Amino acid sequence: MCENETIAAISTAFGEGGIGIVRISGAEALHVLQKIFVPAGTGNVSSAGVSSAEHASDCGDNATAFQPVSRMMYYGMIMDPADRHKVDEVMAVYMKAPHTYTREDVVEIDSHGSMVSLRKILSLCYQYGASPAARGEFTKRAFLNGRLDLSQAESVMDLIRAKTDATFDVALEQLQGRLSDEIRTMRQNLMDLLVDMTVNIDYPDEDIEEIIYERMQAQLDDVKKSVDRLLASSDTGRIIRDGLRVAIIGRPNVGKSSLMNALLGENRAIVTDVPGTTRDTIEESLSIHGIPVRLTDTAGIRETEDTIEKIGIERSKDSFNQSDLIVLMVDGSVPLTKEDHFLLDRCRGRKAMVLINKKDEGKIVSEEEIGSLLPDAVILRTSMKEQVSIDAIENEVTAMVHCGGVVQQDSTIVTNARHEQLLRDASHALADAMDAAAGGEPLELIEIDVHEGYDRLGEILGESVSDDIIQEVFSRFCLGK
Amino acid sequence: MNQQNTQYVLGSYDVIVVGAGHAGCEAALASARMGHSTLLLAMNLDSVAMMPCNPSIGGTGKGHLVREIDALGGQMGLNIDKTMIQMRMLNRAKGPAVHSLRAQADKHLYHTEMKCTLESTDNLDLFQGEAASLLVEEGCVTGVEMTSHACYLGKTVILCTGTYLHGRVFIGDSSCSSGPNGLAPSVSLADNLRALGLPMRRFKTGTPARVLGSSLDHDKMEPQHGDEVITPFSFMNEHLDVDQIDCWLTYTNEETHRIIRENFDRSALFGGQIEGIGPRYCPSIEDKVHRFSDRKRHQLFVEPEGKSTDEVYLQGMSTSMPIDVQLAFYKTIPGLEHMRMVRSGYAIEYDCIDPLDLKPSLENKTIQHLFCAGQFNGSSGYEEAAAQGLMAGINAALLVEGKDPFVLDRSEAYIGVLIDDLVVKGTNEPYRIMTSRAEYRLMLRQDNADARLTEKGYRLGLVTEERYQRYLQKQMQVEEETHRLQTTYVAPSAAEAFLRSIGTSPIKSKTSLAELLKRPEVTYENLAAIDPDRPPISRHAALQTAVQIKYAGYISKQIAQINKFKRLEDKKIPDSIDYMVIEGLRNEAKQKLDRIRPLSVGQASRISGVSPADINVLLIYLERERRRG
Repeated sequence: MCENETIAAISTAFGEGGIGIVRISGAEALHVLQKIFVPAGTGNVSSAGVSSAEHASDCGDNATAFQPVSRMMYYGMIMDPADRHKVDEVMAVYMKAPHTYTREDVVEIDSHGSMVSLRKILSLCYQYGASPAARGEFTKRAFLNGRLDLSQAESVMDLIRAKTDATFDVALEQLQGRLSDEIRTMRQNLMDLLVDMTVNIDYPDEDIEEIIYERMQAQLDDVKKSVDRLLASSDTGRIIRDGLRVAIIGRPNVGKSSLMNALLGENRAIVTDVPGTTRDTIEESLSIHGIPVRLTDTAGIRETEDTIEKIGIERSKDSFNQSDLIVLMVDGSVPLTKEDHFLLDRCRGRKAMVLINKKDEGKIVSEEEIGSLLPDAVILRTSMKEQVSIDAIENEVTAMVHCGGVVQQDSTIVTNARHEQLLRDASHALADAMDAAAGGEPLELIEIDVHEGYDRLGEILGESVSDDIIQEVFSRFCLGK
Repeated sequence: MNQQNTQYVLGSYDVIVVGAGHAGCEAALASARMGHSTLLLAMNLDSVAMMPCNPSIGGTGKGHLVREIDALGGQMGLNIDKTMIQMRMLNRAKGPAVHSLRAQADKHLYHTEMKCTLESTDNLDLFQGEAASLLVEEGCVTGVEMTSHACYLGKTVILCTGTYLHGRVFIGDSSCSSGPNGLAPSVSLADNLRALGLPMRRFKTGTPARVLGSSLDHDKMEPQHGDEVITPFSFMNEHLDVDQIDCWLTYTNEETHRIIRENFDRSALFGGQIEGIGPRYCPSIEDKVHRFSDRKRHQLFVEPEGKSTDEVYLQGMSTSMPIDVQLAFYKTIPGLEHMRMVRSGYAIEYDCIDPLDLKPSLENKTIQHLFCAGQFNGSSGYEEAAAQGLMAGINAALLVEGKDPFVLDRSEAYIGVLIDDLVVKGTNEPYRIMTSRAEYRLMLRQDNADARLTEKGYRLGLVTEERYQRYLQKQMQVEEETHRLQTTYVAPSAAEAFLRSIGTSPIKSKTSLAELLKRPEVTYENLAAIDPDRPPISRHAALQTAVQIKYAGYISKQIAQINKFKRLEDKKIPDSIDYMVIEGLRNEAKQKLDRIRPLSVGQASRISGVSPADINVLLIYLERERRRG
């Protein structure tokens, strides 16, 4: 067996099914599962190692940890050990090596499949011991561990070869991007620091300024803040990666479900959740002009009289608050009601689109009236019954994404989960370096963490580690015998 | 042919070493100590282990190399301990991984002692003479022919030619064919190597003037004393007691720079005569003034060359300016106003090989059984040379024995970093080791060089029984003392006064000595105040124990990094691999891999121009081939 790192990835591609699978392979696979999975019926969360997961040391918790039978499917909950927040209901299976695809220990977690919960599960896997899998890595391991036979080897070669080209294309694209520029600036700042450290360490006899710890800490803090800012942007990146979150709101019977159906009718549905079972909202994912969109309809509460109060229900509130775009529907054939006004008020300060529906039945509500109430909103007159203006809605959604309505034009966005993980690693390394500097540790120890941060950022750019720091040392300092 | 008629054979050896500088001495001693008949050829026996440049050994990175050479059973550490006139541990203010020992050597004594060691070593013959050509049959070296037409047959030959090959010395606009320090150059061999198809290139280095110490005004310079307590280089020495001699620090000034600038046109460096590539880390003073024109001053150290001479070395002031200019600018420096120069500075250009033509064993790829070491491989420095010499000597001996080569990797030793850098990445200038070249610096410390290497040296037959027993005893002491510190607890009341005295916070409950030692303010030495039952252990053992406890957290971080590194390093690439037929490899990667022919996938991944995707393709290919058998 290959003594490799434990890797994890989402094994179902976006748009390929009703459920999503996170697959973990490697010696630590079971351990990762034990950290984040609480099987149903155990009642006691701490038995799954949750309580001790916050501590680096995990001695002892294995004794009481969930011990699954190999190849048995378990129903339960993925839970973030840090805050015990429930992420998703899942089915999980542990398959013991060597009778698995990769011939390593493998864990598969089947989730109901919204991309958001899959991403969250994956990110928990990364936090609790797994590393991001490179594309094709499961197959590669399967091959290297002798799982695939010779006739399959050729196709594996092809697969890896395809990856070669793809990697280069992607790398090229990234090189031109803003992300690369920003990472390069951060690395340059770290490089400046590393060069100073190197000179201080390797040329103790030279006439060179000593490193002042306070200044070094400030420099580290600057870079770490930039890294953290980028990390924060991964939320926006998520829009691009996982979809634009659109919440449809409106009084009952204004035509919300018709809108939903109309949009779904024209566009390929990607994931369909079972409505009404555990959720009080309906969520659909679709692709509009290539942009993944997650549409939430508060229709689950449509029969309730007091819509506003229902919005107070947690899930509805969440989907409303977390949405990137709100589509508010009003009935244009009758005057605006108190509820309409309340909803319009809630949209203030948000990216919103107001649809004045039922234009076939009358034009009591005017664009001007809505415009005076919500000056920044995009306003469209529609007829769901006649499917009028569906195209216009789609175009508006697209325009909002591309023209900066949702995505800030001047901000750099992290869209790639691997990049996100590398940024997180870099941020940790820099935090360690700052702690060490604050504790007065010697330079060459601090350097280990700074270099780690520098290397992780370099991995985002795909730049190989080289003697670039030493090159810099000589170009900047006058050293020698 | 005329030459063939006059050839005669003088002897036959397992190993023939050409050149008796720092690389050649270690190479010859290693193979002889491993039991192989060895011949060491020197152009001049009075220049054995000569220090034609600075009279010092060690420093950052370099000091680590000397420790490693010593731990493996080499000679440099023992020889410098015997002949040093000042010792300093550099970087004391920093952590233990970068503490670096540097000695000022009595350079004449250093030469004499090394020569005596060579003379008294079994299996080793010394002979003065100039090698003119290699005897090569079917791509394999079989011996050496001298300019005298005498021939020596050898199963292996090690080239350690230093700066002698086609040596050319530059002073101002003059130049002449010469080896270092006025010695004769080696010309025939250089031509022969080119003719044999070795990829030769031209490097450059330089040295400052030597002046009489008695002519300097010491009141105008700052003295640089040696350490009060001398730390020896060799693990065989616990203490050294020597009357140390001071070095002196002074600085150049605007006037010095003005004279240099006004004479740029007379310098060999800017006149275009020199084609060789010089090292950036050891620039001449005119280069420094040129490249760093905003600097108001440059420092220089006045270093004595030995106890039997008045000559001193002007470290930091290497130059190839005309001698009148040298005299003029040196005399502008405080303390040097009335100096009497006895040897001028000069630049020297020499032939060396592209180290990419070498295997990690330092065997040549073009000519079998030919090993190469030292400046001939494009490195710079006595220590770098000695380290390669030792490894080449070991590997020549192993080849004669029909055994696998001895290769150290980057996580095991600076020697491994040095050779891996040279043979995998290559170099475009004389290569100098630095601690920053080592990824796993925290593991490659001076204090644990024996723990890393002595067992290996013993198995090779290089390490004496005495050294091995000493090493075993030290490791036992380290183990026992570590355990004792971890299991000896002190009460808050007993520790209070001590902790307050060193300015660190008190403890609330019983705490182990090991735990206390992890605090930055606590050292193994001052901890003695609350550790009355401490056993008497050697300095070396105490140091290693303390470092390992103090930096346990970082050490485990590095061990994790090393384990990751080892995975690719352990994936060996068969000798017979044909990169050209591997589908999916990019052309650049194919060519680079074919040129360098790395031993492992790890090495392959360090070659510039080989991408991570190429490495994946290679991994898959190797596995497929393995399964096909």
